Amino acid sequence: MSEHIVKSYEEELNHLTAEVARMGGIAEAQVADSIAAVVRRDVPLAEAVVARDEKLDVMEADIEKKCIRLIALRQPMANDLRRTVSAMKIANNLERTGDLAKNIAKRSLIVADAEPMTPLTRSIERMGKLVTQRLKEVLDSYTSGQIDRAVAVWSRDNEVDEHYNSLFRELLTYMMGDPRTISPCAHLLFVAKNLERIGDHATNIAEIVHYDLTGQMLVAAERPKSEAL
Amino acid sequence: MISVTPTSTPADLAAPIKIEAQDVCVFYGDKQALFDVNLQVPDRSVTALIGPSGCGKSTFLRCINRMNDTIPGARVTGRITMAGQDVNDKGLDPVVLRSRVGMVFQKPNPFPKSIFENVAYGPRIHGMATRKDELEAIVESSLKKAGLWNEVADRLHQPGTGLSGGQQQRLVIARAIAVSPEVILMDEPCSALDPIATAKIEELMDELRNQFCIVIVTHSMAQAARVSQQTAFFHLGKLVESGATEEVFTMPRDPRTQDYITGRSG
Repeated sequence: MSEHIVKSYEEELNHLTAEVARMGGIAEAQVADSIAAVVRRDVPLAEAVVARDEKLDVMEADIEKKCIRLIALRQPMANDLRRTVSAMKIANNLERTGDLAKNIAKRSLIVADAEPMTPLTRSIERMGKLVTQRLKEVLDSYTSGQIDRAVAVWSRDNEVDEHYNSLFRELLTYMMGDPRTISPCAHLLFVAKNLERIGDHATNIAEIVHYDLTGQMLVAAERPKSEAL
Repeated sequence: MISVTPTSTPADLAAPIKIEAQDVCVFYGDKQALFDVNLQVPDRSVTALIGPSGCGKSTFLRCINRMNDTIPGARVTGRITMAGQDVNDKGLDPVVLRSRVGMVFQKPNPFPKSIFENVAYGPRIHGMATRKDELEAIVESSLKKAGLWNEVADRLHQPGTGLSGGQQQRLVIARAIAVSPEVILMDEPCSALDPIATAKIEELMDELRNQFCIVIVTHSMAQAARVSQQTAFFHLGKLVESGATEEVFTMPRDPRTQDYITGRSG
């Protein structure tokens, strides 16, 4: 694609994309650290995740402000318009992702007080790995402009749901077996639910990337689905 | 296999086709200005012609009411039909054609006559009114349709040239619609107007499109996006792409269109 005649416009658009990518990097790290905090019962790491969340809130507000300014002052058209709107929407999804990671970190503090439940945390770790991988993949597709990678993330949304459903059953078994585990298990259930939602945000971002690059919406009915409980 | 939402085509529009251009080429002497233009313009809608200076959009506009006839050495090939009738038909009097196709130019060009006479002139020479009150009724309704009546009702006999630029432009639109045309061609009608006067013309176009087929040439992308339902992009004498305005401005198919509307050097 050729460059804008007005250089400062080109720079503003590039800056916007770079900011979203940077925000994506932070959100990705937040998710990975929150899972690590659960798995390793790492209290200082959990506290760091909680403290860092504000950064994502600030970045989202800043990106939104820049997008509105760009729309008002530059009146972007076609791919530029899609790029601007997509930046705003992705930032919004990343901010929500950050909130969910923060919530996982908070719950890890409570889980860390209980007796270790290694098989369960292993399952959480596996689901977490899948979700972080999806998030990383979709953010890479955004920065590299590779539609097929975004579509691949989008069409494999059901894997996360399946993980969630099996974790749900696993947790129920634990709780029925030993009522003393109910409190930490309930928190782990929320952790799993949060991971499932982060997976949904990755799917949303994949749809936004597809729209950004092609101008066309992916049709949800075409996506393989398994219901998350 | 993934599917995406279907895209609309210009033919999706409900109104019947008013103007159809088939393989239209225009030559000015040896120089070819338009190359095989094929375009359908639906009735009761606004079609915007956009493109860089010299791309042929005004040339195309001028083919519709045979304004190119007046240019020495100009030659038009191909076929343009309006409501099924060939506009270049030897039997069709250009004066009759131009009464069916009104035109508004970049610079408002009222006659050096009163506001009333500006509007009454066309209906009178075309014999549309025999009595004075009939003529007065046409003038009033035309000025009302052009959104100018309230501003000039008490000074109809003052010179049209004394109005502001925006009012003059609405006066010539009133003059154009006074002869009940089928098509209104506008060649950059707002380029000499301030934003408020421009907004009034745009609002007027939105009203008039319920009744007329409007074709506008504009250099303002934002204006094309605001006022039109179809957009056609011309480049170097060729029609590059045409389609629903919404599509052209959010997801143009051709990279040349994309570069032009987003302000890139193609």
